[in-house]
Amino acid sequence: MTRIIKNGSIVDDAWTILKLAEGETPESAALPEQNAIVPLPVWQARKDELVSRGQPVGVWLDSHEGPEAIAADLQHFTLIAVNFPKFADGRGFSTARLLRERYGYTGELRAIGDVLQDQLHFMKRCGFDAYAVRADKNIEAALAGLKDFSESYQAAVDQPQPLFRRRTA
Amino acid sequence: MYRYDSIDRQIVNERVAQYRSQILRNLNGTLSDDELKPLRLQNGLYIQRHGPMLRIAIPYGLLSAGQLRKLADISRRYDRSYGHFTTRQNMQLNWPKFEETPEILGELATVEMHAIQTSGNCIRNITTDKFAGVAPDELTDPRPYCEILRQWSTFHPEFAFLPRKFKIAVNAATEDRAVIRTHDVGLELVRAESGEIGVRVFAGGGMGRTPVIGKVVRDFLPRKHLLTYLDALIRVYNRYGRRDNLYKARIKILVNALGVEEFARQVEEEWTFLKDGPATLTDAEFARVAAHFTPPPYEPLPDNDPSFATAQAENKAFAAWAKRSVHPHRIPGYAAVTLSLKAPGSPPGDISDTQMEAVADLADRFSFGELRVTHEQNVVLADVRQRDLFEVWGIARAHGLATANIGLLTDMICCPGGDLCSLANARSVPIALAVQEKFDNLDYLHDLGEISLNISGCMNSCGHHHVANIGVLGVDKNNEEWYQITVGGQQGNAATIGKVIGPSFSAEEVPDVVEALVSVYLEQRTPEERFIDTFQRLGIEPFKERAYRGRDRRKPAASEEGAAHD
Repeated sequence: MTRIIKNGSIVDDAWTILKLAEGETPESAALPEQNAIVPLPVWQARKDELVSRGQPVGVWLDSHEGPEAIAADLQHFTLIAVNFPKFADGRGFSTARLLRERYGYTGELRAIGDVLQDQLHFMKRCGFDAYAVRADKNIEAALAGLKDFSESYQAAVDQPQPLFRRRTA
Repeated sequence: MYRYDSIDRQIVNERVAQYRSQILRNLNGTLSDDELKPLRLQNGLYIQRHGPMLRIAIPYGLLSAGQLRKLADISRRYDRSYGHFTTRQNMQLNWPKFEETPEILGELATVEMHAIQTSGNCIRNITTDKFAGVAPDELTDPRPYCEILRQWSTFHPEFAFLPRKFKIAVNAATEDRAVIRTHDVGLELVRAESGEIGVRVFAGGGMGRTPVIGKVVRDFLPRKHLLTYLDALIRVYNRYGRRDNLYKARIKILVNALGVEEFARQVEEEWTFLKDGPATLTDAEFARVAAHFTPPPYEPLPDNDPSFATAQAENKAFAAWAKRSVHPHRIPGYAAVTLSLKAPGSPPGDISDTQMEAVADLADRFSFGELRVTHEQNVVLADVRQRDLFEVWGIARAHGLATANIGLLTDMICCPGGDLCSLANARSVPIALAVQEKFDNLDYLHDLGEISLNISGCMNSCGHHHVANIGVLGVDKNNEEWYQITVGGQQGNAATIGKVIGPSFSAEEVPDVVEALVSVYLEQRTPEERFIDTFQRLGIEPFKERAYRGRDRRKPAASEEGAAHD
């Protein structure tokens, strides 16, 4: 079973990410039987079907897909994943903050794709609480990335008060 | 200047530890070169033509004498005993060893310095007016704003992987000396009719391949909203800036594509969600940071020190230097002094370890222990008593720091170019040296008056050639170095992008072309006109005509080229 980092620990992951294969359409793709994290187009095309299964639903957004697309559906999701196709593609950081800070999403928010140790600190600050570290990397070692910094200047999801409001003179 | 508290210190120390781990993981094979690249760039480490280059951050150009001594020490122990000041007011070391860079960062941390975000697709070093805090035409000291921005931008979690680099400059004076209109975001501090201080926000300026003058996206932003507004602005860029093409990824492309009104509207819309949130700045925070920039203990002095006038009358060389290097100060009896790093035969912006120590000593003795690095790649002592100027000049001269050419033709901005930089298409330093050699007569230079000549070795425009009266851009044509000349650019409030005069020139031709261009000015100028004024009155044609007069372009036909390389 795949292992991920969740809430600061390494845990087994029960979810399956659905990716549309070449030629597959959102309407035709076979859904995993349970614990499916479906791409946004599948969610949009088969919302009723997914909800009626009575199973926890996960959705994943690619880096160009904004949180606006699911903002009205958040109550249906146990898990939202945000894909980082390349780790230098930083759009997912904004997506995460918007989901947490603007739309009030409180479920699991998972970083998937090119997820590496040195991004984890930023991801955590932006509201991610789960990280599917790239499969070829040592996940135990990556865990250290969450502890690189003990303090931060800015307001963000993990610490809504900027340092200047917390500093003692 | 700003002094770290225990939290600032801890953050920088943790950064050193993180970087050390990244370099170790790369050396032991668990972090690939490609994966390390954006991480090391965010710590200022480039891999260049001959090896690594480390760019050290000098926040808004401000250094203490002790910090400069540490830089001298580092340059001696880890490099070749010199450093190079850049147009972002930073320092580059050109010959560090890759595996020693964590040690260098550790050394820097001991003097409250670092290399954080001096490269990479993130918010870069904040730059400002070299005369911040002492300029007579200043509305308010911009440095507290710069420091607040430095802290906000340091490891900003949302903006560490932007589409492209992001540069912010702050100006608080009547005359813009920070080139804010060629920045991704330019901030001009302004006062509303009510007396409230706020910010006029420019966005979408930039040099590079597509030079653009920034446009106003908000005319007045109360200062407490500075960070929430910038969060909104950069979020719009982070989400919608292009990521498919490196050359179209800067914010200027997004602003142009949307139109400035639509871009501003999107920023405002985003901002409505952030405005008045926790990141809204407090007066207490302004006061806390501003307390680090209180004026030094100035002596009460008369407006003009008679000894300064006497020394100028008696010593022609001193008078020439004073004319170019001594600048007005808001405090009576004081002056700001520019030490020239543009001595003949020396690459512009380079400073040796002994010069660094000499400057540190000068700062300690004559300028309250602080100095500034300018974006024109010189050094400023901001608080010198007029009566000390003659002595400062004598010491500076002994160290090759008193060339009387500030603001003149040989005060060139110049990037390291093809000798060192792997991005460069052509060398730039030899061009600068050749121009210096040709124009070595100070009387002639003084007669020529204010004129800017900037040189970039490639389209990235580190040498700011776009905003020079005469710009030189290195281009590669079939593996040969050629130089494109632009005329009519300028920095300041009326920032203008120079116009290309035509086909490019060989390296040998450049000094002669420069001479041809200035000869048009010398023949046509009115007594009041600077080069740029004459250019604006006459237009490009006479300059173009003179530059190409009698010149064979020697542009080889494509077929000949192909044959030559087979």
